Amino acid sequence: MLKPRLLIAATAAAAMVATAAHAERATDGQLKILYWQAPSILNPYLSGGTKDIDASSLIVEPLAHYDETGEIVPALVTEIPTVANGGVSKDFTSITWDLMPGIVWSDGTPFTSADVVFSAEYCMHPEGGCNAAPNFEDVKSVEALDKHTVKITFDVPKPFPYGPFVGSNSPVIQKAQFENCMGAKAPECTEQNFGTIGTGPFKVVEFRANDVVLYEANDKYRDAAKPAFATVLMKGGGDAVSAARAVLETGEFDYAWNLQVEPEILNTMAAAGKGKVISAFGTSVERIMVQLTNPDPALGDKRATYQDGNNPHPFLSDPAVRRALSLAIDREILVEAGYGSAGQVTCNVLPAPAIYASTANDWCKTQDVAAANKLLDDAGWARGSDGVREKDGVRLSLLYQTSTNSVRQGTQALIKQMWQEIGVETELRNISSSVFFGGDQSSPDTFQKFFSDVEMYTNLFNGTDPEKYMARWTCDKMPSPDNQWIGNNMPRYCDPAYDKLAEQLAVTAALEERAVIAKKMNDMLIDYGAIIPLIHRGAVAAHSNTLGGVKQNVWDATPWNIQDWHRIK
Amino acid sequence: MLRYTVRRLLFAIPTLLVVSFIIFALLDLAPNDPTGDLPLTIPPEVREQIRLSLGLGEPFHIRYFRWLEQFLVNEPLNMIEQIWGVEIGNSAERLRVTSWSTRSPVVDLIISRLPQTLWVVGLSYVVAVCIAVPIGVISAYKQYSVFDQIGTFVSMIGFSVPTFFTGTLMIVIFSAQLGWLPSIYDTTHVVTDFDSFVTQLKQIIMPVMVLALFSAAQLSRFMRSSMLDNLNLDYVRTARAKGMTESVVLLVHVLRNSLIPVVTVIALGLPQVFAGAIITEQIFRVNGIGQLLIIAIQGADIPLVQTLTFIFAFLIVSFNLIADLLYGILDPRIRYD
Repeated sequence: MLKPRLLIAATAAAAMVATAAHAERATDGQLKILYWQAPSILNPYLSGGTKDIDASSLIVEPLAHYDETGEIVPALVTEIPTVANGGVSKDFTSITWDLMPGIVWSDGTPFTSADVVFSAEYCMHPEGGCNAAPNFEDVKSVEALDKHTVKITFDVPKPFPYGPFVGSNSPVIQKAQFENCMGAKAPECTEQNFGTIGTGPFKVVEFRANDVVLYEANDKYRDAAKPAFATVLMKGGGDAVSAARAVLETGEFDYAWNLQVEPEILNTMAAAGKGKVISAFGTSVERIMVQLTNPDPALGDKRATYQDGNNPHPFLSDPAVRRALSLAIDREILVEAGYGSAGQVTCNVLPAPAIYASTANDWCKTQDVAAANKLLDDAGWARGSDGVREKDGVRLSLLYQTSTNSVRQGTQALIKQMWQEIGVETELRNISSSVFFGGDQSSPDTFQKFFSDVEMYTNLFNGTDPEKYMARWTCDKMPSPDNQWIGNNMPRYCDPAYDKLAEQLAVTAALEERAVIAKKMNDMLIDYGAIIPLIHRGAVAAHSNTLGGVKQNVWDATPWNIQDWHRIK
Repeated sequence: MLRYTVRRLLFAIPTLLVVSFIIFALLDLAPNDPTGDLPLTIPPEVREQIRLSLGLGEPFHIRYFRWLEQFLVNEPLNMIEQIWGVEIGNSAERLRVTSWSTRSPVVDLIISRLPQTLWVVGLSYVVAVCIAVPIGVISAYKQYSVFDQIGTFVSMIGFSVPTFFTGTLMIVIFSAQLGWLPSIYDTTHVVTDFDSFVTQLKQIIMPVMVLALFSAAQLSRFMRSSMLDNLNLDYVRTARAKGMTESVVLLVHVLRNSLIPVVTVIALGLPQVFAGAIITEQIFRVNGIGQLLIIAIQGADIPLVQTLTFIFAFLIVSFNLIADLLYGILDPRIRYD
């Protein structure tokens, strides 16, 4: 045991070293990150999930990141191109990026525009199976004007041209490394896919697929003072609860990702005082989709299809019923029981960024059973002897499906009770998420087929621009057998006025005008009752009290600023 | 004996082929999707393209025969090449069974994980046998004594409490409350000196004990009943009448005869050592075969699941055969011809 005075002196000395150390690379030892889904591959373009994109975001970088507020900030470029600085053409058909000079790959070779052009070709190759293809939608060409200038041209005007190479899911990969891995050859390049070379703060030392990644600081990283950590260990596997425990209770790990755990459990663990729970809110909304077409199995091929409006749902086609269902829900209780600090009540399907968030639907924030009952009474839905309302022989009896997940089943049970109060009978069903969200054509249980009356899940959009997201509910996006049930318009909502707004949004440039249109579209959906928004969901993580610099970011990969993470001494 | 062995081996071939077909067909029919884990922001058209790039566009029978060829011809050839360093034919063009999630050869993944599983699950099996045999012997010899009652009680608990409960309980006690042991298995840890050996011991002890408790419970019951069967037989009375000491009677005569059925039970349980322990490995995050399987199932990595389950089937068939043969060797009364 040290004598007290000595201890103070030692602490003071350590503190001095610590302040000095922050200006130096690789002085903070090992950072231990825990992902309960294990990374499978370090090539983000071939990833099977967010975990792989996050694991590779330590190695490879995009041209620009989204910061924690959703703002686009430069990473490998000198500035963000805009119309004002001439980087984006006036007709919105091209964007020109100026690469930062002097950047080298971790193997020492220079980073040039050829690498950027190659990355685009790699992802746009039709046989490659690249999952970032949506980022490159409408891209006509990517060309290198000179060694440090890249011009991306689009087929159509893009008021928001920041798709390619913005955000960690479309980074720049090294041409020299992946040259022979194009298209159908992409999956065969195990060596490249496991040992990706990048410009980022760390480089991979060892990778065990579906288990662990060991990184070390990239000595060629452009900022000589970063990263603070010498090595990073990213461990994968297990479940969310034990991941939270390893950070909050036992303190074995510094950071745990994506902790969708009941608030009760998380709060008890956080009480141990070893770490804190952080959350950030993006565009994720847990919502109930309302089936507007008839999902009756007796209809055969016509089941849950629009048929030009000739196949309406027996009772959900009544606006009074849809409104009553929304009014009867006490969203505060849902947040309290299932989400805690990771959820907020919302009445919008487009809750963020702030400029797009509408306030027109705030009537849904407070539960109003009396009003809901009155609506149904007025619409002629009378209670039967068992308390369930009916009209003309149609009973208000719903099948309510969602994916298997303890929080979702809790929410289902609560909503069932709330709907019982307004005389609506609910049958609950949950489906394994790999089936529900997996687009298997032969399965009747996918969320696209939607062979039930209501279904609940979370959806979101990448980046900060809602154009593509809001275009999901146009008439032509309805899933049906004709398009192999592909499409995101789950409620089968169809309104020509909405479609017109979607077209208008695609050609409007000014941000304020875009916001007005997007809000209007949001309000149409909610007011009509095609979508019943429930909870604005945050991304929850936990980090140790000794880990500094973490900025929880929902717009980009979780470790987007890992070069700034450091040990608090 | 030889004829019997050959006959059984020949019979194993159609069995395994049928098994492989059933596994393939079941997994193919399962409504699982390798793109199911991708963020919902990725549109269905892109998902379809990813599925095509994984080879899912081909009809069922073509995929089945391709997998058979890759697994039964290409992989063994590849292994021979690696072991002896020779090149047979055009080995660069030969397709290997490739995992969808990692896009790397499945067999390499399995080989990299086998040591961890063999250490953790194998060690637990050894520990289980070492605990179970003495407990079974004493419990039987002192039937209905306090020791027997406690032994029965503990083994009933071990047998009926699932590993996901005992595992989590141990983590809560020893990692969260007492802080003695790590709750997460560090798979990158290398034993170089005494200190690192102690670290390894600390991280391996919980998963090993959780599994050992479970297997020991089962084995000790077998051992006990087998001993009880033998203790009342005439040859035991004869041995005692000849004036042999109790220890000789018990350990030389009874134990040896009682071990015969127990050895077969142990042999039948051995494939499990290779198959890993899905739940325990997942709880402690040991990167073994069991964890590989569960991750593959969750991510709909069909080639990996197919290959793993087929290897398990192969091991079970072969250890069944070994157990049968062992029985014949150990017990001279049994003859197969």
